[in-house]
Amino acid sequence: MGIMAFTLTYNVALVMFGAGVLGVAAGVTGTFMFLRKRALLSDAISHATLPGLCGGFMLMVALGGTGRALEGLLLGSAISAALGLLAVNFLKSRTRLSEDAAIGAVLSSFFGLGVVMLTLIQNMSAGRQAGLDQLLLGSTAAMLREDAEMIAIGAALVFMVGLVLHRAMTLTAFDENFARALGLNVPLIDAAAMALVLAVTVAGLKIVGLILIVALLIIPPVTARLWSNRAAYIWPIAGAIGGASGGASGLIGAGLSSLAPDLPTGAIIVLVAAGFFLISLLVAPARGVLASAMRHRKFQRRVHRRQGLLALAQGYRILEPYTRKLLQREGYVRADGVMTERGQSAATAAQRDEARLAYLRSKPDYAEFLSRHDGLSDLSRAFTRDELAHIDIRLEDAS
Amino acid sequence: MSGAEFVPLSLPPILIGILAAIACALPGNFLVLRKQALIGDAISHVVLPGIVLAFLVTQALDAWSMLLGAGAAALFAVVMIDVIKRVSRIEVGAIMGVVFTTLFALGVLLLEQSSASSVHLDVEHALMGNLESLIWLEARGWASLLDPVALAGLPPELPRLALTLALIIVLLILFWRPLTLSTFDEGYAESLGLPVRAISLGLVMVAALAAVTAFDAVGSIIVIAMFICPAAAARLMTDRLRSQIWWSVGFATLSASLGYVLAGYGPLWIGLENSVSAAGMIAAVSGLILALTAVFGPKRRPATA
Amino acid sequence: MLRLHQNDQPLDPQSPLAIRGLSVSYGEKPALFSVDLTVAPRSMTAIIGPNGAGKSTLLKAALGVVPRLSGQVSIFGRALASERHRIAYVPQRASVDWDFPANVRDVVLMGLYGKIGLLRRIRRDDQAIAEDALARVGMQDFAHRQIGQLSGGQQQRVFLARSLAQNADLYLLDEPFAGVDAATEAAIISVLKKLKDEGKTVVAVHHDLSTVTAYFDHVAMINTRLIAEGPVAQAFTTAHLQEAYGGRLATAQIDRLREAGHY
Repeated sequence: MGIMAFTLTYNVALVMFGAGVLGVAAGVTGTFMFLRKRALLSDAISHATLPGLCGGFMLMVALGGTGRALEGLLLGSAISAALGLLAVNFLKSRTRLSEDAAIGAVLSSFFGLGVVMLTLIQNMSAGRQAGLDQLLLGSTAAMLREDAEMIAIGAALVFMVGLVLHRAMTLTAFDENFARALGLNVPLIDAAAMALVLAVTVAGLKIVGLILIVALLIIPPVTARLWSNRAAYIWPIAGAIGGASGGASGLIGAGLSSLAPDLPTGAIIVLVAAGFFLISLLVAPARGVLASAMRHRKFQRRVHRRQGLLALAQGYRILEPYTRKLLQREGYVRADGVMTERGQSAATAAQRDEARLAYLRSKPDYAEFLSRHDGLSDLSRAFTRDELAHIDIRLEDAS
Repeated sequence: MSGAEFVPLSLPPILIGILAAIACALPGNFLVLRKQALIGDAISHVVLPGIVLAFLVTQALDAWSMLLGAGAAALFAVVMIDVIKRVSRIEVGAIMGVVFTTLFALGVLLLEQSSASSVHLDVEHALMGNLESLIWLEARGWASLLDPVALAGLPPELPRLALTLALIIVLLILFWRPLTLSTFDEGYAESLGLPVRAISLGLVMVAALAAVTAFDAVGSIIVIAMFICPAAAARLMTDRLRSQIWWSVGFATLSASLGYVLAGYGPLWIGLENSVSAAGMIAAVSGLILALTAVFGPKRRPATA
Repeated sequence: MLRLHQNDQPLDPQSPLAIRGLSVSYGEKPALFSVDLTVAPRSMTAIIGPNGAGKSTLLKAALGVVPRLSGQVSIFGRALASERHRIAYVPQRASVDWDFPANVRDVVLMGLYGKIGLLRRIRRDDQAIAEDALARVGMQDFAHRQIGQLSGGQQQRVFLARSLAQNADLYLLDEPFAGVDAATEAAIISVLKKLKDEGKTVVAVHHDLSTVTAYFDHVAMINTRLIAEGPVAQAFTTAHLQEAYGGRLATAQIDRLREAGHY
C-alpha cells in the first residue's frame, strides 16, 4: 500500500512537471502565432503531422526498430507538417481560395490520410498499435521519466528560440513591411515560429495529444491578452498560464484518478486553461468584464461631475442630489452649495473644454476624433500641445 | 463482387457516405464563399459535447436528442464567440479557437466518463465514425431493394440521412435568394432589409444539422473535410454559383464512393487483410480532388490585385 | 509615350536613391514598368500619380519589401544590403492593425532595432532617443498611450517618430499626409524640412497636388511608367500632369492649381 502511494505520487509529479513545462512552451509559442493573427494555422500544423508520424513509425518498424524512437517521429511529422504548410500557401496564393478554406482543407485531408495510415498500422501489427492512437488524445497513465525528460528538453529549446526571436517576432507581427525594410528575414522568422509549433506538438503528443495541443497553443495567449495591452508582457503571461494549466491539471488528474482511472489528461489540461480564460474574462483589469463594469461606474461619475461643474460655471444651482454629493465629496463645492476655489478652476476648465468640443463638432476634420472621444475626457490629454494650440487659436478667432 | 456480397455489406455504407458528404457539401459552399470555412471546423468540434451530453442525459443513442444536443451546442458556441468578441475585442479567429477547442475537450472528457455507463460511445467512433459497420444484414442481393421485409432492416442511419439531406435541399431552395444576396454583399443585403444575422445563424444551424447526421457515418474530425474540400474544389471549377453547387455535389459523391471503395478494397488489392478507415480515406480523397482542381481547374486563378 | 531617358547611364553614386529600369508586377499585372529615378541628395522629392499607379510599390521595391522583376537600385552608390541602416521607411498607416498590444513608446523603440538587434537590452540612452524622437513630433506626453487610442494624425506622428529614432540619412514615406488633421500636417512638414536642413534626403509618396510646390523641391510622376522627374519648376507642368493622370485630372483642376499659384 505504501509503495503504491509512492508510485502514484511519483507519477503525479512527473505528469505535473511534464505538463507544466509543456504548457510554458505552448504558451510562448502560441503567443507568436496569436500576435501574427495566425492562431488557427497551429491547428493545421498539428493535424498535418499525423501522416508523417504514422509514416515515420512504419518506416522505423520496417527498418527493424520499435517504431517509438523520437527522432523518427519528429522527422516524419516535420516532413508532413512542412508539406501541409506548403499546401496551405499554395492554395492561398495560387488559387482564389482564402486562407481559412486553405487551412481547413489541409487540416482535414491530411488528418484523414493520417487516420488511414493509423488504421493501416493497427491492422498490420496488432501488438504494436498500442501507443499510437493514444497520441491523438494523450494519456499519461504510463508516463516515464524519459518522457518527461524529452518534454523538458524540447521545451527548453522552444524557450531559447523564443527568447532569441521574440523581439523580431513582435516587430514582424506589428508591421511586416517595416520589418522587411529593416532587413529582417520575415519568411525565416515565420518559418521558425511554425517550427516551434511543430516542436510543441510533438513534445505534447504523449500528454495532450495531437488533436488538443492547439488548445494549449491558443488559450493561454488569448487569456494573456485580457491581462495586458503590451506584447512584451503577453508572452510571459501566456507562458505562465500555460504552465499553471499543465501543473494544476496534473494535480487534478491525480486527485480524480481514484474515481476515474482512465482520465484523459489532455482534455483536463485544456479545461483548466479554459477555466483560467473564463476567470480572466471576468476579472482581468485590461479587458475583463468586471473591469469594464467598474470603468462604466467611473464614467457615470464623470458625467455627473462634468454636468455639475458646467452648471456651477453658469451660475445654476445643482438640483440632483447625487451630483451635489459627488461635487461636495470631491471638494468642488462647500456644504452650503458655494463653489470652492478648486471648484472654480475646475468649472472654468470644464467650460473651456465644452467650447472646444462645440468648435470641433463644427469641423469635418475632427469627425474621426469625435467618434472615438467619449465627450467627457479632458481634451488636453487627447491632443498634442500643438494640436491644442491650433484649436484654441481657431476658437479665439471665432469668438 | 456479387450482389449477394455488395448489397448487404457495401451498398448502405457507400450510400450513407455519399448522402453525408452531400449534406455537408451543400452548406459548405456558402461557408467557403463567406470565408467562414473555419466555422465548419468549429461546428464539427462543438457537436461532440452536444451529442455526448444529450446521450448522457437520455441514456440512449436516440437520434432526436443527439440532434437537439448538437444544435444547442452549436448555438451556445456561436453566442459565446459573439459575447467574448464583444467583451474582449480580440480577433475572432483566436476566439473561435478558444471556444471550440474547449468545448471539444469537454466532449472528450464526458465521452470517457460515459464509458462507465451501460451503453457507451466509443472515442474512436466519435472521432472517426463507423461507416464500415453500417451494414444491412437482411439483404440477400439486388432484389432486396424491392423487398419490404428486407428494407425494414436497413440501417436507420440511411433513411435518417436521406431525410436530413432532403430537408437541407428544401431549405436551400427556399432561402436561395436571401442566402446568395447576403453571401455576396452583406452590407447591401442589410440595407435591403434582409435579416443578415438570422441568415448567418441559420446557415450555421444547417451546417450543425449536417454535421450531427454525418457524425454517425464519419465521426467529427472528417466532417470538416466534407464541409470544405468539395466546395473549395467546385469553386475552382466555375464562376457561377449554381454550377458550383452541382460540382460540389459531384465531388462529394466521388469522394465518398471512391474513398469507401479504396478503404475497403484497396488493402486487399495490395495483399493486406483488413480494411482501413473509410472516413479517413474519404477525407483524403476529397483533399486529393481539391489538389487536382487547384492545379488544373479552369477557374483557379486568384483575382489579380 | 515611354520616356526611356537615362536607361543606359550608370547609376549615380552620389544619389541617395538611384533606380534604373525597375519593373514590378503582382501576379500577371504590371505595377511598374522600366522606371528610372535619380533622387538628388539633400532634397525633398514628391512621388505623385493616380491611384494604383505603383507609387507605394516603387518605395517597397526599392527597399526589397516586394520582389522586382528587373532593374537596379543603388543607395548612396552601394547595394541595399549594406546601406539599410541609412534608410528609414514610414509605411502607410492602413498597413498596420492599430489594435495591436503596444503603446506609443513600444512602437518608437521598434525603430531602434538596427541598433539593439535581437537580444540587447533596452538601455537608458535608447529610451532617451525614443523620448527625443517623440518630442520632435510633439507626442512626448503620449509615451504610455495605447496606440489604438490615438487619432489618425497622432498615429502618423508615432510612425514618423519611429523613423526619426533610426537616425537615418534617407527617409522614405508612403502618403504621410493622408487623412491627417491640419495641425499634424504642419507638424510633419516642419519635421521633414528640418531633416532636409540637417542634410538628410526625404522622398514621399504624396497624394495632394495642391501642396506639391509648397512642400517639395523635386517631383517624380508615376503612372506604372515614369512620366517625368526633376525639380518642381521643370517637371510639375500641365503637360506632364495630363500625361500622368491620363485625363483623370480635369483641365479645370489644373487651371485651379495654376491660379492658386501652386506652380
